[in-house]
Amino acid sequence: MSDVRDLSVAAGLAAIEARDLAAAEWADAYAGLPDELGAYLWRPDEPIGGEEGPLGGVPVAVKDIFCIEDVPTTAGSRILENYLPPYTATAVERLLGAGASVLGKTNMDEFAMGSSNENSAYGDVRNPWDTDRVPGGSSGGSAAAVAGGLAPCALGTDTGGSIRQPAAFCGVVGLKPTYGSISRSGMIAFASSLDQCGPFTRTVADAALLLRVMQGADPRDTTSTGIAAGVEMPSREDLSGVRVGVPRELASEAEGMEDGVREVMERTIALCESLGATVAETSLPNARYGISAYYVIAPAEASANLARYDGVRFGERVAAEGLDDMYELTRAAGFGPEVKRRIMLGTYALSSGYYDAYYGRAQRVRTLIARDFENAFADHDVLLTPTSPTVAFPLGSRTDDPLAMYMADYCTVPMSLAGVPAISIPGGLAAAPDGGPELPVGVQLVGPAFGETALLDAAHALESAIGFDTNAAWRGGADA
Amino acid sequence: MPESPDYEPVIGLEIHIQLQTETKMFCGCKLEFGAEPNTHTCPVCLGHPGALPMTNEQAVEYAIRVGLALGCEIAPRSIFHRKNYFYPDNPKAYQISQYDIPICSGGRLGDVRIHRAHLEEDAAKLTHVGESGRIHGSDASLVDFNRGGTPLIEIVTEPDIHDPAEAREWLTLLRETIRQLGVSDVNMEEGSLRADGNVSIRPVGSKELGVKTELKNMNSFRFLERGIAAEIERQKAIVASGGRVEQETLHFDPASGSLTSLRSKEEAHDYRYFPEPDLLPLAPSPEHVEEVRASLPELPAERRVRYESELGLSPDAAKLLAYDAALASFYEEAVAAEPDVDPIVVANWVTGELVAASREAGFEHPAETKADAAGVGAVARMVDGKEISRGSGRELLAELVANGGDPAEVSERLGLTSDDGDDLAAIVAAAIEAQPDAAAKVKAGEGKAIGAIIGVVMRETKGRADGGEATRLIREQLGL
Repeated sequence: MSDVRDLSVAAGLAAIEARDLAAAEWADAYAGLPDELGAYLWRPDEPIGGEEGPLGGVPVAVKDIFCIEDVPTTAGSRILENYLPPYTATAVERLLGAGASVLGKTNMDEFAMGSSNENSAYGDVRNPWDTDRVPGGSSGGSAAAVAGGLAPCALGTDTGGSIRQPAAFCGVVGLKPTYGSISRSGMIAFASSLDQCGPFTRTVADAALLLRVMQGADPRDTTSTGIAAGVEMPSREDLSGVRVGVPRELASEAEGMEDGVREVMERTIALCESLGATVAETSLPNARYGISAYYVIAPAEASANLARYDGVRFGERVAAEGLDDMYELTRAAGFGPEVKRRIMLGTYALSSGYYDAYYGRAQRVRTLIARDFENAFADHDVLLTPTSPTVAFPLGSRTDDPLAMYMADYCTVPMSLAGVPAISIPGGLAAAPDGGPELPVGVQLVGPAFGETALLDAAHALESAIGFDTNAAWRGGADA
Repeated sequence: MPESPDYEPVIGLEIHIQLQTETKMFCGCKLEFGAEPNTHTCPVCLGHPGALPMTNEQAVEYAIRVGLALGCEIAPRSIFHRKNYFYPDNPKAYQISQYDIPICSGGRLGDVRIHRAHLEEDAAKLTHVGESGRIHGSDASLVDFNRGGTPLIEIVTEPDIHDPAEAREWLTLLRETIRQLGVSDVNMEEGSLRADGNVSIRPVGSKELGVKTELKNMNSFRFLERGIAAEIERQKAIVASGGRVEQETLHFDPASGSLTSLRSKEEAHDYRYFPEPDLLPLAPSPEHVEEVRASLPELPAERRVRYESELGLSPDAAKLLAYDAALASFYEEAVAAEPDVDPIVVANWVTGELVAASREAGFEHPAETKADAAGVGAVARMVDGKEISRGSGRELLAELVANGGDPAEVSERLGLTSDDGDDLAAIVAAAIEAQPDAAAKVKAGEGKAIGAIIGVVMRETKGRADGGEATRLIREQLGL
């Protein structure tokens, strides 16, 4: 074994099993590494956890949106600076219970609002493939940590693409499971009907390993149902008999898609066919309205979810003469501009006289999009799209144009609205339109609700055929 | 000046009742009135980041009990909404409530129709430190989150009430009904029963509703009646002087009897209701609803009807007994013990003599004295059967109330049985002899003069003689 940091989760567990690696050494290999990417917001002196269990010794980086008892948890926001939660999120609790070891809390866009990690109150995260570029967001720190050799796996959350898009930008695997499969308890809410926890890993099999431990109904989240049939480890080597659908609205007809992304998509389609799949174009007619509906529903829910940060019970408070002043000054100082923008948008969308025109209508669009997926899955086992229309863009290039930023989630938002599972795997490298080194392009596979086993199986077969080296960025891209 | 038309008040009530469940509406914290402040709290009821609500099944069952008792329809599927507002007693800055699809709708109690009843959570308790006792002008405000999250059922009536006294009386019926369901202690002073009034006036004969005002803070039955009466007078005065009633929320100050405006229509909150994404719909099975229905006790309104139609009690006596569950069961036990005595006679003893005697002896409730129901029934029988006089019956009852015992023995011991018919006739004869003038006047048709003779009879019998029987004997002996 050349380097412990090369190990995938599965390979590390096998090495421990074979006594080639002591469980404690695995986390130690990551503990003191310099974090030049700005991936972490907090790291403990000693890794937390690391007991016996099915994930015994697996080091995991945790997005700073998950509460861990007495561990600083900020959600990337000033308003939660110095906040120490009194309890631990279910997803983290289950990982710790399975023996995993927490390496630290990762940077993120404030309250998970963003697609570049530039909305963090605690600084930018750099893309390990090109440190002048964004890692994607909102789970940018988690994606950068895994791609940058700072963790073998990480937890993220995905509301409209916040796992899949950074996974694509950083060239790792990112899974957003079916809404309801993993408990949201202890996961700081952005948009409750969309938020879902999921893993960043270097392989599809590793994603399955983490999902198997985290998924399942939780009495602390009554909307969590778990995946009734469970999740099998992926084993497929080909795609014979698999019907792959390519929704034209999110592929050939998608606006703003870069040529490099288009080429990787074409190669991937050809690869699917060579693996025995039948690939056909299909349609999600309402997917083009996804971004519009999403930017009503998510801010509306956020406007209520973020109202609790008032400086009264926890978090930062700005002292003032009166109660209203205290609220206003605390929130003015504690929230960043994008969070404020979305609170305003959401408050407006829910206000008396506008509810039907905005929120009500967006919910109807959401229902139509969910129906589109149901129709597509009548004829296809899995859908294939690019994860993002572009490769990672330069830091600062979109911060002045929120709408351009929002379009980064064009291909991922419809799945969140429908609640269906989707995984981004690295499809290959492509040149960025503005030059620089070649950058990873993610391809997204989508399955029907709770169809994780079949989805992961297909992703595993495709991943093997693509042969992308997810360790390339931190090792210097030699094998890419 | 043209004659102004007569105006009639139109009153509707909104009642909040705390449900006496083991734990809070959306978390596992214990409910305990009067506990050390902020000792029954958790991340959920403090609104910590990431904490999610869990619906209390016992509260849902209690709401169904209330709904069925009020003749409501129980929705096969109802949902929770978020009601958004900032206030220190509201830690999430939204209250979880129900909006367009409540658990109970329609219904009737007594003469008042029920519009709806829905479940929600109570706010925390604020104590304003300083002379005013209200938030304005206070030095500081203290929050006790023990109360926050207490299950509430809000009952909204149709505007079917037309008199302040009727409002008070109906609220009494509601309180007794809820108390007998065993779901709340419905104590206005402790705040487990809170009533707001919606008041408007309209010309007699008009079918349209006038502009209504909402009255808050009527925290006793007396204040409710007084507050509504004051508001009706205020509105009549406005209209009489040519003005218009403005829609506003008013605070009733029981000390001064005055009404002050809390907020006008323009200042009314926009609560930005939207469906609570963290909770599943309430969907009680029809079987469960029927089980609850079968378990309901006989309720005051039904019992009152039964007392009137089956036992022949007057409306007043029926109401007095039926609205007080303890007194009603005491009464029914007394009736059962004396099947040969007219239930009306027993009712008169219970509602008249027993209530008076227990008050005299300082008991809180007539059913809590030393006298048992069979004993009170026996007194009624003894007097009704002329075994003892009414006065002796009163004396016997007073002794039973104070010290208990077997009525026959006690009456023997007190020498109450001696004034039988023959003795009374002899005493009457002696009295006539002692009052010849009075006897002559009575014979001459001066009825009032009989008082002097009866006075002697009473003195001789130490007041134990039955006045009616004595009168009959006097007239008989005088040949009238």
